Amino acid sequence: MPPRKSAAKPNVSAEDLTQYYRDMLLIRRFEEKAGQLYGMGLIGGFCHLYIGQEAVVVGLEAAAEEGDRRITTYRDHGHMLACGMDPKGVMAELTGREGGYSRGKGGSMHMFSTERRFYGGHGIVGANVPLGAGLAFADKYLGNDRVTFTYFGDGAANQGQVYETFNMAALWALPVIFVIENNQYAMGTAQKRSTSSPDIYHRGAAFGIPGEMVDGMDVLAVKAAGEKAVAHCRAGKGPYILEIKTYRYRGHSMSDPAKYRTREEVQKMRDEKDAIEHVRELLLSGGLATEDDLKAIDKEIKDIVNKSAEFAKESPEPALEELWTDIIADVAPQEEATQ
Amino acid sequence: MTTEILMPALSPTMEEGTLAKWLVKEGDSVKSGDILAEIETDKAVMEFEAVDEGVIGKILVAEGTEGVKVNTPIAVLLEEGENADDVASAASAPAPQTTEDKAAAPKSAPAQAKTPAAPQSDTSPDWPEGTELQKMTVREALNAAMAEEMRRDDTVFIMGEEVAEYQGAYKITQGLLDEFGPKRVIDTPITEHGFAGIGVGASWGGLRPIVEFMTWNFAMQAIDHIINSAAKTLYMSGGQMGSPIVFRGPNGAAARVGAQHSQDYAAWYAQVPGLRVVQPYSAACAKGLLKSAIRDPNPVVFLENEILYGRSFEVPKLDDFTIPFGKAKIWREGSDVTIVSFGIGMTYSLEAAEKLAEDGISAEVVDLRTLRPMDTDTVIRSVMKTNRCVTVEEGWPVASIGNHISAVLMQKAFDYLDAPVINCTGKDVPMPYAANLEKLALTSTTEVIDAVRQVTYR
Repeated sequence: MPPRKSAAKPNVSAEDLTQYYRDMLLIRRFEEKAGQLYGMGLIGGFCHLYIGQEAVVVGLEAAAEEGDRRITTYRDHGHMLACGMDPKGVMAELTGREGGYSRGKGGSMHMFSTERRFYGGHGIVGANVPLGAGLAFADKYLGNDRVTFTYFGDGAANQGQVYETFNMAALWALPVIFVIENNQYAMGTAQKRSTSSPDIYHRGAAFGIPGEMVDGMDVLAVKAAGEKAVAHCRAGKGPYILEIKTYRYRGHSMSDPAKYRTREEVQKMRDEKDAIEHVRELLLSGGLATEDDLKAIDKEIKDIVNKSAEFAKESPEPALEELWTDIIADVAPQEEATQ
Repeated sequence: MTTEILMPALSPTMEEGTLAKWLVKEGDSVKSGDILAEIETDKAVMEFEAVDEGVIGKILVAEGTEGVKVNTPIAVLLEEGENADDVASAASAPAPQTTEDKAAAPKSAPAQAKTPAAPQSDTSPDWPEGTELQKMTVREALNAAMAEEMRRDDTVFIMGEEVAEYQGAYKITQGLLDEFGPKRVIDTPITEHGFAGIGVGASWGGLRPIVEFMTWNFAMQAIDHIINSAAKTLYMSGGQMGSPIVFRGPNGAAARVGAQHSQDYAAWYAQVPGLRVVQPYSAACAKGLLKSAIRDPNPVVFLENEILYGRSFEVPKLDDFTIPFGKAKIWREGSDVTIVSFGIGMTYSLEAAEKLAEDGISAEVVDLRTLRPMDTDTVIRSVMKTNRCVTVEEGWPVASIGNHISAVLMQKAFDYLDAPVINCTGKDVPMPYAANLEKLALTSTTEVIDAVRQVTYR
């Protein structure tokens, strides 16, 4: 983990910094609530929490513009909240209810919002990387200047299709930012046990893709790197790699006892590197917010999260007919054909 | 307000566990993220974290207790300033949510009809009577279908290995680069997995990609994107996002290309909900169905055949000729037996029918054309007339298309069958190289004739 570079008095407005605090806190409180609902049996199956990694998505969303796209793997709740999806719809999908983004048919790993240009929510490690490049391909083909944030982990970075995609993205100068969220563990395998060279951001070099390492526990550093990458892509210079060093506080999924690392290691990260605490300190020490201001935000967030949980509990299960819907799109293939 | 801390479910299958160890004691202040206890599940010992802030008022379940049911209150959390005496008045745990009773399965799946009522089927001709026809190879028909759709819709593009400058490994894309340019006719590196994924992503981004696989054998590297990314997304997204993409290329055995280049994937893809699967035989079907495939809002697996590419058929001269999915074609009417096939299997079927006619056996030949959706109604109607059925395909025998047809007939036309259905298929072996063995591994006209004789007892 590189040392934190942000100055004590960062060049950011009180309003923006407070927004990042709020956005990160929403993700953390939402995820804690999701963990609790899982414990109560209201959420089933696989559930991968984003706690610890909040600065990555919040920093990059701060660098994105309306119309940009994003796609990620299955640790996706944070990405959805950060891009403006409704916490109620996300939580209700986690509980498998009608009010969920996929009407209960997707679950934790499979949610989408074409409105917010969030393209999932994918369960196969590495598969979302060419999919993200494909979204970028569409934007280039259509002649707009949108970029696609394609998130994946240090584990996925060892998948073959990632390099097939790097090659084509560079060859065709696709406006895609490959965001490697390096939380240092591919499920339970520490990076040094799975990855031959420690610096994943170097891996674009073979394809001529610039890359850099970013402190993912510092939302301002992430935002700055994101802005640089976005400018590169929008200028038509092709893909960009951001390896964002971050840390997941919880296990890989709910059933992971995390015995592959020490409790002290986790505690040290929480105590010394926590991204939310960092912004909290910046706000207080910089005189940009008072304790009372932050307490009010905490309460506001708690309220949003509790309401999302209430909604997710009260929303009915999908109607049984839903089993048979959305398998094939309704528009008949012959609709446009001349008779 | 006091909050009950409940025994958590810590794995998808956990119903109860052992409270192995408390890491806090009564009176301790805790904040979100602090570890409260270690809990032993069916899989492992897990740490259990606090969600809310507060003071541990009372521990209700002692450490070492086994068999603690999920959702049992295990401790009480007090807000700052509250008294442990409040604990007594804490509400009891809510009953665990059960969903089983509500989620009763529908009484019968729509696909499983009970009575053998004669189904309706659309047997209308593919083009109006009197339409002018022209001879065209399957290759030319596929090429014309793509060119016409690319003229009609700017978002249609084709990508694949050697589709542009080389003009197509099998010349299906001949001339497209010249007409549409390199933006829409794109040579890819030899990376099926990667470019299939890019194609699916592009289909979500507002384009209508045609992804050519040099052969479907190579698409095994890309099958994850065809099934997991393309076929399942409409469902997983609750209908928000579909994948309007066509995956196409030659499928099945060519001639003497060995085991890794000679597999028929019809049955594999026909099994997948969310896909449309097409395997045309004639040039007219290839053209009409490929145009429908390119316009379809769903992912289409379009299985061609190298041997058929050079065969000529009559194709209607129409400005805009399409054929709907899920409509079989009766190539030859007959009364003694129904031969059901698709793709290259149709050559054996039609040849066999011709020879059988010389011996006075009248065979009806049904070309399924699309394997998903499959027009089993036309097959059932035909078998109700002929009372016998033989299926013909080049794929392997286990879990074949023929097996499925047999099952459908058994369920829906049992009383009409006068003989067991016979499935003529490829043999249950990898494709050999030697000419004589390869011939033996495929099905043949002779096998179809023998099968018909068996089911007609003649």
